[in-house]
Amino acid sequence: MTDLNTQPRPAPAMGSEIAVRIEKLNKWYGSFHVLRDIDLTVRRGERIVIAGPSGSGKSTLIRCINQLEEHQSGRITVDGIELTNDIKNIDKIRSEVGMVFQHFNLFPHLTVLENCTLAPIWVRKIPRREAEETAMHFLREVRIPDQAHKYPGQLSGGQQQRVAIARSLCMKPKIMLFDEPTSALDPEMIKEVLDTMIELAEGGMTMICVTHEMGFAQAVAHRVIFMDQGQIVEENTPQEFFNNPKSDRTKLFLSQILGH
Amino acid sequence: MSEVHAETVPFVRDTMLPSAAPPARQSGVVLWLRENLFSGPLNILLTLAGLAAVWGIVSHLWPWFAHAVWNASSIGECRQIIAERHGEGTTGACFAIIRERWNQFIFGFYPAEHYWRPTAVFGLMMFAVAPILFSESRRLRWTVLAVSAVTSFAACVALGAPDRVLLAVGAGFVALAALIEYAPRRALAFSVLYPFLAVWMLWGGSIWSPIAVLAGFALALVVWRLGARLGVGLLGLALGVAAAVWWWAALGPRVAADLQGLMPLALVPVESRSFGGFLLALTIGVSGIVMSLPLGIILALARQSNLPVVRTLAVMFIEFIRGVPLITLLFVASILLNYFLPPGTNFDIILRVIIMVTLFAAAYMAEVIRGGLAALPRGQYEGADSLGLTYWQAQRLIILPQALKISIPGIVGTFIGVFKDTTLVTFVGLFDPLKQMADTIRATFAWKGAYWEPYVFTGAIFFILCFAMSRYAMYLERRLKTDHR
Repeated sequence: MTDLNTQPRPAPAMGSEIAVRIEKLNKWYGSFHVLRDIDLTVRRGERIVIAGPSGSGKSTLIRCINQLEEHQSGRITVDGIELTNDIKNIDKIRSEVGMVFQHFNLFPHLTVLENCTLAPIWVRKIPRREAEETAMHFLREVRIPDQAHKYPGQLSGGQQQRVAIARSLCMKPKIMLFDEPTSALDPEMIKEVLDTMIELAEGGMTMICVTHEMGFAQAVAHRVIFMDQGQIVEENTPQEFFNNPKSDRTKLFLSQILGH
Repeated sequence: MSEVHAETVPFVRDTMLPSAAPPARQSGVVLWLRENLFSGPLNILLTLAGLAAVWGIVSHLWPWFAHAVWNASSIGECRQIIAERHGEGTTGACFAIIRERWNQFIFGFYPAEHYWRPTAVFGLMMFAVAPILFSESRRLRWTVLAVSAVTSFAACVALGAPDRVLLAVGAGFVALAALIEYAPRRALAFSVLYPFLAVWMLWGGSIWSPIAVLAGFALALVVWRLGARLGVGLLGLALGVAAAVWWWAALGPRVAADLQGLMPLALVPVESRSFGGFLLALTIGVSGIVMSLPLGIILALARQSNLPVVRTLAVMFIEFIRGVPLITLLFVASILLNYFLPPGTNFDIILRVIIMVTLFAAAYMAEVIRGGLAALPRGQYEGADSLGLTYWQAQRLIILPQALKISIPGIVGTFIGVFKDTTLVTFVGLFDPLKQMADTIRATFAWKGAYWEPYVFTGAIFFILCFAMSRYAMYLERRLKTDHR
C-alpha cells in the first residue's frame, strides 16, 4: 500500500446542503442486476470513498451520477437537478461534475493546455485567454505547468492523470468523481496522484472516489462505503470501517486486501 | 536469484552508468548488396531473375521512347520519319499526336478562345485549397501557391487570353496571396465562394445566376440561425431548407434575370457537352471528392446514431450504393432521370454525373470513416461527455479529428478511386480523356491507329495527380502525428 500520511486531517466544515442524492437506484445490464436499491446522500464538502471487490458495481454507481451510464429506475438528484432523459439537463450536470478516469481519457490530438481549455471555451463560453490563465493556474496546482505545451502521449502515466485532474478542475466543478484513478499507474506514480487528490480534499471539494487505496481512504474520507454484488453492504467512518468492521463480507474483503 | 548464485555476496552499485553512444552502424555498398540482394542461394537466384526481367522490359520499351517523333502531322508521316531515321521495321512512339491534339486531351471541345477560363479556374482552385491543405507550413503553402499561380498565369498568356483578362487574373492572384498572408481567416471565405466562381467561369452565362444560388444558401443559414436562437432547432433547419428550395425554384432565377438586365455581367456560355479531357475529369473528380467527404462523415455518424430511423436510412443508403456498380448509377443519371423529371426540365448532364459520383464515393467514404470511428477508444467519448460537451461539439472537437486522422489512408484511397473512376463517364457519352476523347481523335484519318501514345500520355497525367494525392496523405499523416512521440 502506498505510504501516505494517514493522520486524520481537520476537515473543513461539511455543509448541510446536499450535493448528490440517490434514491432506490436500480440498474441492469441485460438481465444482470448490477445496482440494487442503492440509497446514498452526499453532502457538500463531503468526501466519500467507495470500496469493494471488482464487479461489485462501484464504478457503475459513480458513472450513473454523471449519466455515463443510464439507470432504469430510481432517482438521482445532483446539485438540486434531477437527472432525466433530457439531454440538456444531462449536459448541464456533466459540466458541474468533474470526472477522472482510470485510463485518464485525455485527448491525444490536443496539447495539455488545449485539453484543459477545451471545455471551458466551448461549454462555459469563457474567452480563450481567460481559459488559458485558469488552465495554467490548475496545472501549477498539480505541479506540471512546464508540460503545458506537450502532448499527452509525451507524459508519464502519473503526469497524465494529474493533467486529467487539472482538466476537470478547469470547469470549476462542484463535485469530483474519481473512478479508480490510480489503478493503471506504476507504484511510484500512485503517490503523486494521491497527493494531488489529498490537496484537493483539503481545499474542501466534494469528492466521490472509487479506489483500492485504503491509506487514502483513511486519510481523507468522511465516510467509506463498501459495496458487494450491486449493493451497499456497509457504510461507516474510516476509523470504524477499518478497525471495527461490522459485516463479515467487509471483514473478508479487508483481510484480503490488507493481509498481503 | 537462482540457487547457483546463492553464495555470491549481495551486489550494490555505487556509481550509475552514464549513457553510452550506440555502436556505429555498419554501412557500405558492398555490405548492403550482400545483405539485401545476395544473402543466400535463393536470393541470388531471385536477384538475377529480377534483373533479367527489368532488362527485358526496358530493352523492349526503350527504343519505342528513344525513337519518339514529336513533329509530324499524321501517324503515317511519323512512321515514315522513324523508318528513315532508324531503319525499316523499327518501332517508335508518335508523340506528334499529343503535340498536335494536346488541347483536346486537356480541354475537350471547350472553345479555344476561352481556354484561359479553365486555366484560371485551376489556378484559383489552388488559392482556395492551399490555405486549408497547407495550413501548418508557410513554406510549403507558398511554394505550392507560387508554382501554381505562375504556371497558370503563364498558361493564360500562352493560350491567348485578352489583356484585360490577364490583368484581372493577375490582380486576383496577387489580392488572394495578400489575403492568405495577412488575413488567413478571411481567406477561408474565398474557399467557400470559390465553387460558385468556378462554376460561373467554366460554364459562363450571367454572374447573377451563381450569386442567386449562393443567396439561397445564405437564406437557409439565416433562417436556421434564427430558428436556433428561438430554440426550435430541427424545425429551423427544415424551414431553412424549405426557404432555400423556394428561393431557388421560384424567386431566385427571376431576381437573377432582373439583376442581369440592370447590371449585365456575363461570360460567353459554354455547353456541358463541350467539356472533355482532363477538364471534365477534374471537374467531376474534384467536385466528387470535395462533396463526398462531408456527406460521408454525416453518413458514418448517422450509421452510429442512437436513433433507429436515422441509422436504418444510413445503412440502407450505404448498402444500396455499394451494391451497385458506378456505371449503373451513371446510366441512371444519364437516361432514367429523364423519365422521372418533368418534361422540359434541363438538368445538366455533368451536374447529374457529379451527383451520382458524389453519392457513390460518399457511401464508400462513410464506411472508411466508420472504421476510424470504431478505432477510437470508448474513453474518448466518455472523456468528452464527462466535460459536458454536446454531441456535436464532441464530434467536431474530439471524435472526428482523431477518427479522420486514423482514416486518412482510406479516405485518400477513396479520393484516388473517385478521380480514376471519372473515366467511366465515357459510358454516358461524355468525353473522358482516356477513351472517348482518344477515340474521337483517332477517328480522324491522320491519327488512325495511334493507340499507345494517348494511353501513355493520359496515364502519365493520372499518375502524377494520383501520386500527388498519395504523397499529400503521407505528409498529412506525419503532420498530425501527436501520439507516442
